Amino acid sequence: MFPGEFEYHRATSTDEAVRLLADNDGAKLLAGGHSLLPMMKLRLAVPTVLVDIGSIEELAFVRQDNGDLVIGSMTTHADIAASETVAAGHGALAEAAASIGDVQVRNLGTIGGSLAHADPAADYAAAALALDAQIEVLGPDGERSIAAADFFAGLLTTSLAPAELITGVRFPGAGGATSVYEKFAQPASGFAIVGVAAEIKADGGSCAAARIAATGISDRPVRLSQVEAALVGAALDDDGIAAAAEHADAGLTDVRSDMYAAQDYRRHLLGVLVRRAVTRAGS
Amino acid sequence: MSAPTAPKFIGAPIRRKEDPRLITGRATYTDDIMLPRMVHVALARSPEAHARIASIDTSAAAAMPGVVEVYSGADLKDVIAPLPCVHSIEDLKEPSHPAVAFEEVRYAGDAVAVVVAESAVQAQDAAREVVVEYEPLPVVVDVVAATAEGSDLVHADIGTNIAFTAVTDVGDVDSAFAGARVVIEERFVNQRQIPIAIEPRAVVADFDAGYDKLTVWSSTQVPHFVRLLLAAVCGHPETKIRVVAPEVGGGFGSKLNFYAEEAIVAYLAKALRRPVKWNGGRTEDILATTHGRDQVCDLSIAADDNGKLLAVRATLYQDLGAYHQLLTPVIPGLTVGMLPGCYTLEHLQVTLHGVFTNKTPTDAYRGAGRPEATFMIERAMDLIARATGKDPVEVRRLNFPAADAFPFTTATGMEYDSGNYQASLDKLLEMVDYDRLRAEQETRRAAGELFGVGLSTYVEICGIGPSAAMTAGGWEACELEVRRTGGIVVKTGISPHGQGQETTFAQIVADGLGVTPDDVEVLHGDTDTCEQGIGTFGSRGQAVGGAALSRCVETIQNKARRIAAHLLEASEDDIVFEAGKLFPRGVPAKAMDFQQIIDAAYVASQLPPEIEPGLSATHFFEPSNFTFPFGAHLAVVAVDKDTGVVTIERYVAVDDCGRVINPMIVEGQLHGGIAQGIAQALYEEAVYDDNGQLLTGSLMDYAVPKATAIPEFELARTETLTPVNPLGAKGVGEAGTIASSAAVINAVVDALSPFDVAHLNMPASPQKVWRAMQGGG
Repeated sequence: MFPGEFEYHRATSTDEAVRLLADNDGAKLLAGGHSLLPMMKLRLAVPTVLVDIGSIEELAFVRQDNGDLVIGSMTTHADIAASETVAAGHGALAEAAASIGDVQVRNLGTIGGSLAHADPAADYAAAALALDAQIEVLGPDGERSIAAADFFAGLLTTSLAPAELITGVRFPGAGGATSVYEKFAQPASGFAIVGVAAEIKADGGSCAAARIAATGISDRPVRLSQVEAALVGAALDDDGIAAAAEHADAGLTDVRSDMYAAQDYRRHLLGVLVRRAVTRAGS
Repeated sequence: MSAPTAPKFIGAPIRRKEDPRLITGRATYTDDIMLPRMVHVALARSPEAHARIASIDTSAAAAMPGVVEVYSGADLKDVIAPLPCVHSIEDLKEPSHPAVAFEEVRYAGDAVAVVVAESAVQAQDAAREVVVEYEPLPVVVDVVAATAEGSDLVHADIGTNIAFTAVTDVGDVDSAFAGARVVIEERFVNQRQIPIAIEPRAVVADFDAGYDKLTVWSSTQVPHFVRLLLAAVCGHPETKIRVVAPEVGGGFGSKLNFYAEEAIVAYLAKALRRPVKWNGGRTEDILATTHGRDQVCDLSIAADDNGKLLAVRATLYQDLGAYHQLLTPVIPGLTVGMLPGCYTLEHLQVTLHGVFTNKTPTDAYRGAGRPEATFMIERAMDLIARATGKDPVEVRRLNFPAADAFPFTTATGMEYDSGNYQASLDKLLEMVDYDRLRAEQETRRAAGELFGVGLSTYVEICGIGPSAAMTAGGWEACELEVRRTGGIVVKTGISPHGQGQETTFAQIVADGLGVTPDDVEVLHGDTDTCEQGIGTFGSRGQAVGGAALSRCVETIQNKARRIAAHLLEASEDDIVFEAGKLFPRGVPAKAMDFQQIIDAAYVASQLPPEIEPGLSATHFFEPSNFTFPFGAHLAVVAVDKDTGVVTIERYVAVDDCGRVINPMIVEGQLHGGIAQGIAQALYEEAVYDDNGQLLTGSLMDYAVPKATAIPEFELARTETLTPVNPLGAKGVGEAGTIASSAAVINAVVDALSPFDVAHLNMPASPQKVWRAMQGGG
């Protein structure tokens, strides 16, 4: 199994990468290669030009910036999963990274590559939405920042312009909230049948703030606003959480269905995972 | 074999001689073979499950860069004969199976054109440019519906989808059912599985025009069959064909076959006078290597209210797929033969239908027919226990033949060679502390947990097999050469591909001739070196191939004694051959080293005329019967009430495979075997849609369990020797797979008893278990 013919460029800087993207119609960025290369070998993607950003070292970092957590786009899943900085305030992100694929995939796959690929079952997507991430991008017209809520535009589709590349992902400080990621994995691919990221700020025994998002359920990650609304002010005990989790699939249309999970089972799993995630994040 | 001394190596957990080359990347697989001037083959395959080929245009493909030649099915049908099927089934419908389809395609993946190019990538690119106009025909996917009057047909020319119907009717089933207090009816499904050997199939061929010699390297379990069938299908003399199975990365029955690509690549090497390679890769391997299982069985069980099994009645549908491959129709016969399991049963009636569908052909897959039987009879035991309110252990004990009843002839005519089913079950129950386990279950159930215990007491048919019961011979061949320097070469007809006989055969020789395993070189898998053989499948390597080797060792021992007797001027009967020394009984001081005998055999100047020079032996071993390994497995599972996820908390197995040559290798076989049974129980299923499209066409969709899904195994053995061969070994390659699916499903159903679930078919996926808890079965 071989990919189609393509021209290969190794960019040494982000500016050069953007220039190469802008100059070559149909060019694709090659980050960790763990989504793009299999698609190329299956000829599901036949890019004529590849721009490899793997050697741009300044894109791989985890750092704090004015209370925000900022992660470079070429940071691998393994590095994010192992980072104490990430785990300290953004547990959902660390857990999502640790749940991706297998060791080999985590050692090469990157957060920027995963977000740009926008697989409807990708783990980061739920974490990015729940943790209110800003996707920082660079294009021919300079830098801009896209809120996660505006970033995912549909199946394998984002609001990135053709010659834009993701440079980093910015997460606001947790502000005393705790976040977790719960995943029910498809046994063959390891992708999420359902994944739920929940960030809960507890105040005494009750919920002061909640942000919850799910992946795998639709063509893009979804915020579970009705669960959030039901949680705020409610007791973070079994009954309170169960009552809020009842709303997990409220208002969801176009729920995905496949041989591993028909719609009714997927909706049911969503409720289970919401309950588990909120219980863990709220405890 | 008359082992003259206590075994030193037989029974020892010696490290595998094969492993250093395998784990350091020095093994040579078929795809590693590179020959000068080699061209590469890619096959264009049908995306349609059933269609008439209205037209095929290869001109665009032929014009692609690097393309040497493009062939359609019509171009090859007169030079490559249809693929053979080996069977002895009466009135079997055998539709023609062309290597490359030319009028009609019958499954998605059926080859329609062959492209030869200078590189593999050029060949694959050009294969995409073959233009085929398909006229879709009705697609047959449901094996039961396919048997109905008026069903659409896979092969219109034979007028039916039923390739054969075989009825087994023993005793008086109707009366037994009429008088039974307990009658249970259930539909059992053994889902279709994809074998997924770690090495996808590949073939290389080279033709030496000077010698008119065809050499074919193939990732196969049966190089001698491939030699024979290449001769038949390609019309080349068998004496001028060499088939090599280099390192083979697993087969599990899927490489116990003769495939279109072997014939195509061999033909092309001869036609083009250039070496040719084909490597299907994972995608083609999933589509165009045989699948396994795929049986539906409507089973009725009659029992008395003590739980004594009285009668079984079954209608069994085997999905054959679109064509017969080498042994396709033979496999379900093993299910019928082993349906009584390890129980006394007098009345049995089975109607077996072999049925064509528009899917990839099925054939042997680890266990081949027996896991299907075990699943049914072991589930039946639990269903009887449920109906009579007895413990599953008690029901099984009640139905076992007595330990002194062997050889034991079953209702289906199998003669179980030796056994002691009580002993393996007793040992298992002791290991798990069964009463305590059931008490723990009550406690955990009371706490709201779903906790299940499942048994499988199995017997299987191995050491395949006596030639009288086979269509193409069941013997095995072996040569043993003692070389001049004392090194020993074994040339075996089996073709191990992971079973470890380079080690176990060396152990047998080492004990027999007083050398070490390192002195012994075991050669296999090359028909010019090991000229005769049947191959490795059906758990026969040790029981049949090892037996042939034992005969060779015995012949060498006898000849060495004759030579020693001559040199020592003693009677042959008085010569003792012990730990590498030969001496007259009671006079060890006069001992000669085995090396002195070897010298005498090859220098030959001191040999009398009646003793031929040299020291080698050749034997064909013909087993008098199959062997019947057995054992008792137990799975402990927890089911997540919220999600339906099954977790195996404990897996305990007691197996009896007769004499064990290397316990480490036996444990390895059981680990892999049990894992594959767990895979069927919980994870794997090849799924087709109504259009005959394989939905599980990649490892992103077909759920081979990862290591993390497999529990630790607690293993023990009993050892009941078989009288069928001189080693007493029964075989163990398939035991784990045959036993474990039933144990796991019995445990899952037990765990679900608060929901009054009687039965669950495989795989017990989370979604299926969840639905069962919702009352949806």
